Amino acid sequence: MTPADALGIAAEIRARRVTAREVTARALDRIRARDPSLNCFTAVLAESALRDAESVDASLAADREPGPFAGVPFAVKNLFDVAGLTTLAGSKINAGHPQATRDATAVARLRGAGAVLLGALNMDEYAFGFTTENSHYGPTSNPHDPARVSGGSSGGPGAAVAAGLVPLALGSDTNGSIRVPAALCGVFGLKATYGRLSRAGAALFGISFDHVGPLTTSVRDLAAAYDVMQGPDAADPVCADRPTEACLPRIEEGSGDLRVAVADGHFASRGEPEVFAAVERVAKALGAVRRVTIPENDRARAAATIITASEGASLHLDDLKSRPLDFDPMTRDRFLAGALVPAALYVRAQRFRAWYRERVREIFREVDVLLAPTTPFPAPRIGQDTITVAGDQVPARPMLGLYTQPLSFIGLPVISVPVAGAGPLPLGVQLVAAPWNEAALFRIAAVLERAGVAAAHIAG
Amino acid sequence: MSVTPEPSSPPSPQPSPQPSDVARYVDETAPLLGLRIPPECREGVTRNLAGLLAAGAVLGEFPVGDTEPAPVFEP
Repeated sequence: MTPADALGIAAEIRARRVTAREVTARALDRIRARDPSLNCFTAVLAESALRDAESVDASLAADREPGPFAGVPFAVKNLFDVAGLTTLAGSKINAGHPQATRDATAVARLRGAGAVLLGALNMDEYAFGFTTENSHYGPTSNPHDPARVSGGSSGGPGAAVAAGLVPLALGSDTNGSIRVPAALCGVFGLKATYGRLSRAGAALFGISFDHVGPLTTSVRDLAAAYDVMQGPDAADPVCADRPTEACLPRIEEGSGDLRVAVADGHFASRGEPEVFAAVERVAKALGAVRRVTIPENDRARAAATIITASEGASLHLDDLKSRPLDFDPMTRDRFLAGALVPAALYVRAQRFRAWYRERVREIFREVDVLLAPTTPFPAPRIGQDTITVAGDQVPARPMLGLYTQPLSFIGLPVISVPVAGAGPLPLGVQLVAAPWNEAALFRIAAVLERAGVAAAHIAG
Repeated sequence: MSVTPEPSSPPSPQPSPQPSDVARYVDETAPLLGLRIPPECREGVTRNLAGLLAAGAVLGEFPVGDTEPAPVFEP
């Protein structure tokens, strides 16, 4: 809701108080000044961005409708196809691939709405990580403390938005890869229902759980980006044949009769106290006192891990056979291990997934929105292998997905809202709804934003 | 077709595989799949596969009745 959010920028441009070209040139200057120390961008499209911005200005001058994101700078995780760019997906291997000939559907829809693409953003190789410590392209720093990770695998998008380089970025989320960087960088992140947003033109990872989605500095931007990207797409076999259900017009509705509860058990243990304090602040603001227990979340994580490793290895099997040492050491051994998982375990994991989905469906007959932490601790240091949480020393990187992984496992829609932590580092709280009920999430997120409980943390 | 949680009888717990057994499985299975595990990766691959097999054991000891796998094929 600040003037610096995407819709605020679009309003200024539409009112002709500033040109799209000026906004784009300023954003490019900021990237030139800040990105060398943050390492968010793997490609900056200065020329085409200025050209696109001039086209928006020309539309306005001719009284043609430029779209809701008129002149808004944005950037995308480098697993999205961008016409004229090679889609790296964080890898060295893909750097040898030909350039994409067309934009991914999500990119095309945002550009069609007037947004101006500034470039491609860093990520964990092939999206297999939670920290964006990429050995080929370097780690992406957290704008709130450059010695700390930005989260991952959409770390470039999280950091670029949190550093004020762009007000809007696209990421992807298989086990938490939008929500974790959104939380660690202090911005809003949406993983819609599995199948809601087209993945066409985005490099896949774990096909059973892959989602794409936006990261923003305000709830209204998140809703507007989601609305623009919705709709069927024959190019993605997973994309649902559902009409657009616009959420931006609904964010002022308030929480009304929505039933909100706090997830306990798994989602209330093995984290730092400040994480649970953040959930309680959100619950208090919403008057949520009810607690519900989702069963068997550790088994859900186990099943998600098996499915992700198997599907990821299958996608990259040819390269794993022919050039294993060209993979990032941070992902290589995990991909190779995934290729050796017996098929019976994979199918067993898919059977458990159906069982778990049914249990969670039962809970959503009684509740509309669940609250859970996004991560068990704020951003770890770059290079940090282990972390002590609640008295136990645990591997830092996989633990970042403790609370996100069970939810994407069954494709639930989730918004991670940014909340203040105990120190200078931000935290996130997940708002979780039944499949296809994104509208409830936006209504709750907007209530929290208006109450000042959820607010993006933009690093100066 | 049912996803009822009540099983007829729970499978018996499965012991975790020994690291040396996992290493042998890696050495013998990878070539059959056309994978050459580089020497510097062998330990990491073994450790990660042990983790995946342990995850499988966690699932194997949990009854899901006659629940069918989540993905549904539409001809």
